[in-house]
Amino acid sequence: MKKLLASTALALTLALPVAAQDYTPDPNAKAGGTITVTYKDDVATLDPAIGYDWQNWSMIKSLFDGLMDYVPGTTTLRPGLAESYEISEDGLTYTFKLRAGVKFNNGREMTAEDVKYSLDRVTNPETQSPGAGFFGSIAGFENAGAGGLSGVEVVDPLTVKITLSRPDATFLHVMALNFASVVPKEAVDAAAGDFGKQPVGTGAFKLAEWTLGQRLVFEKNADYWREGVPYLDGVVFEVGQEPVVALLRLQNGEVDVPGDGIPPAKFVEVMGDPAQAERVVVGGQLHTGYITLNVTTPPFDKVEVRKAVNMAINKERITQIINGRAVPATQPLPPSMPGYTGDYAGYAYDVEGAKALLAEAGLADGFETDLYVMNTDPNPRIAQAIQQDLAAIGITANIQSLAQANVIEAGGAGTAPMVWSGGMAWIADFPDPSNFYGPILGCAGAGEGGWNWSKFCDEALDAMAVQADSLSDPAQAEARLKMWSDVYMGVMEQAPWVPVFNEERYTMKSERMGGDDALYVDPVSIPVNYDYVFVK
Amino acid sequence: MVYVLRRLIQSALILLGVSFITFVLLYVLPADPVRQIAGRAATAETVENIRQQLGLDQPLLVQYGRYLAALAQGDLGRSYLQKTEVTELILSRLPATLQLMAAGIVAELILGLSMGIAAALMRGRLGDQLLMMASFVTVSAPQFVVSLLLLYVFAVKLGWFPIGGYGTAAHLVLPAITLGILGSGWYSRMMRSSMTEVLRADYIRTARAKGLSRARVVFGHALPNAILPVIAMIGIDIGIFMGGIVVVESVFGWPGIGQLAWQAIQRVDIPIIMGVTLVSALAIVIGNLLADLVAPLIDPRIRLR
Repeated sequence: MKKLLASTALALTLALPVAAQDYTPDPNAKAGGTITVTYKDDVATLDPAIGYDWQNWSMIKSLFDGLMDYVPGTTTLRPGLAESYEISEDGLTYTFKLRAGVKFNNGREMTAEDVKYSLDRVTNPETQSPGAGFFGSIAGFENAGAGGLSGVEVVDPLTVKITLSRPDATFLHVMALNFASVVPKEAVDAAAGDFGKQPVGTGAFKLAEWTLGQRLVFEKNADYWREGVPYLDGVVFEVGQEPVVALLRLQNGEVDVPGDGIPPAKFVEVMGDPAQAERVVVGGQLHTGYITLNVTTPPFDKVEVRKAVNMAINKERITQIINGRAVPATQPLPPSMPGYTGDYAGYAYDVEGAKALLAEAGLADGFETDLYVMNTDPNPRIAQAIQQDLAAIGITANIQSLAQANVIEAGGAGTAPMVWSGGMAWIADFPDPSNFYGPILGCAGAGEGGWNWSKFCDEALDAMAVQADSLSDPAQAEARLKMWSDVYMGVMEQAPWVPVFNEERYTMKSERMGGDDALYVDPVSIPVNYDYVFVK
Repeated sequence: MVYVLRRLIQSALILLGVSFITFVLLYVLPADPVRQIAGRAATAETVENIRQQLGLDQPLLVQYGRYLAALAQGDLGRSYLQKTEVTELILSRLPATLQLMAAGIVAELILGLSMGIAAALMRGRLGDQLLMMASFVTVSAPQFVVSLLLLYVFAVKLGWFPIGGYGTAAHLVLPAITLGILGSGWYSRMMRSSMTEVLRADYIRTARAKGLSRARVVFGHALPNAILPVIAMIGIDIGIFMGGIVVVESVFGWPGIGQLAWQAIQRVDIPIIMGVTLVSALAIVIGNLLADLVAPLIDPRIRLR
């Protein structure tokens, strides 16, 4: 984060060209080869305005580009289709200078008009983009529609000026989201509502074939504007493959990367075999698994009860249930996220202390409640561990094990006193502390149907969060992170969550796959950064 | 002719009923499709906007009426999450499902009929009892287990067939056998009783008395007569197949409509669930209709009224 802000600071004054902070390519990288990646489910869509799951996120990243991008394998921002950018003194105007001569797959040159069209499109309610809300700080967002965003202005064919209605320290991250990808209007129109199956972008690859339910083939974009990449000639995504079957095929040399990861049932076997374990790359993930305690439902309206639950949960044991593929969590933010409070120990596991707190709340005899959980492994097993921990302090938790959509519904409606977030847990959209607050801990998400399943709403903390995000001047970066750290410490003080663990990522690859390990646990391209990996 | 017309009207009413029940069930489902579309970062306004655009803010009957009106024009709507026409999604996957069903029927006939004939010829002896016990097992074996077992033994361990997937005839064998095993138990029992009955008939005794060989009597005279009523069951079978296809396609990675339905259910993609349900119901209704219409052609004693 510090590095990112430093580079932003430079850009602010000098409008620095990109090369200075770019990625150093692997000297052993070789061009050529086609790899096979498998998935269980068919790909829902490749429309960057619509796609919002971990399967299509990295695919869309390889087909499209936005104004901003990340240095491969890191969370460091770098310019993408923008050659440079300038931020005004008051932090309200961003002027992006576009790269000249970038071509869409259909052969036409990309211009500032396309940038405006793409942002207008994603924010137009007609598009039904799940990411529209990210652009809320652009002026005119409230009136977005067929007329477009008043805050996005084409200055000349290679210059776009974006005016914000409030300073937004996360704005450059927003411009690096898939939702901000630049798309050509004529291709969207020609697809007649089905752009997700006929995508046209400026990315490192283009879609060559999509046989529904069977296979997608990405073909190298030979005219890609970034020099020297991609290395691969193509990527074949085979869909409809059960993770266990995919693993068998990988062992057989037919698959290069199983997109759904190592199936839990096979994890110990794979990691116990040195030949296989050495082909597994482990990395951190911007993820937190947590239990929400509904602060509007008695007895969780009492802070002592919420703290008691926090102290009753044995997080070490829960991480063992998932074969140690996670580290115990102390707070909402994961350790690799800027703003994480390193010297905070969280609520320690303390059964006696928890009982004392319950007695203080007048509930020495415990109480009965419901714990909602998604019904796929390992979540019901984790819920049982939570149930046992709670029983030790006298709380009887009945497990409601349901399909994902039903748990989300119960959480949103506020009818679930406790929810274990596994299978639906928060993974950051972009590497910034603000991304863990608004929808899941702020007042904005606490309404009916929102993702704040604790229904926790503290207006003082909300105000502090807004203030932190208005500090878009890079000189105040430290102050901003401190402020975010305070917000999360304030949250922990009131304990609406039990942060349980931060999952780690395990990506398995075939022997012939080459490239930096970081590319296989890329924080933004899951499972793999297709643009930079190669075949040895 | 009147009979056919009446059956057609009945079939249409059945389909209407299926569509209404499915629609109501999906409507009362405690999961909000709009939430799934809008994603976790959506504001309340975005959610409401999407709800209005999809017409999901309307009362149930209005929604159902709109669905029927579109359906009358052959429009099954667009997938909520993929935004693709449901008709296109189903049509692109239908050939794979039909291919699998055809192969499944062939597999169950080969397995079931040969077991049934063998049992009838060994009637009352140990072989008969063993075969009938086997038929019990195959009727009750869960397809999920059977498919994984076959996959493990014949694809992973022995390597005779590819590990799931679609494309060549070799890919087809294991899923077809999995589907066929369930029905084979049924067919073997029917074939056995039908064959036993025919073998007792006078003309068989006459043929034997004429001095014809046992093989000739069984395969030349008895079989053609015994097999007809069994074959007429195929139409009814389609219903059983439709149930099995969801499981078998998911395990073997077979790109048919069963797999499409399974993925749509997980994502609460209601237009796809509706579409696949209606297409399957249509297949079952047509299958039953054919079975009833073919029956009198095979056995003139059956008269349609």
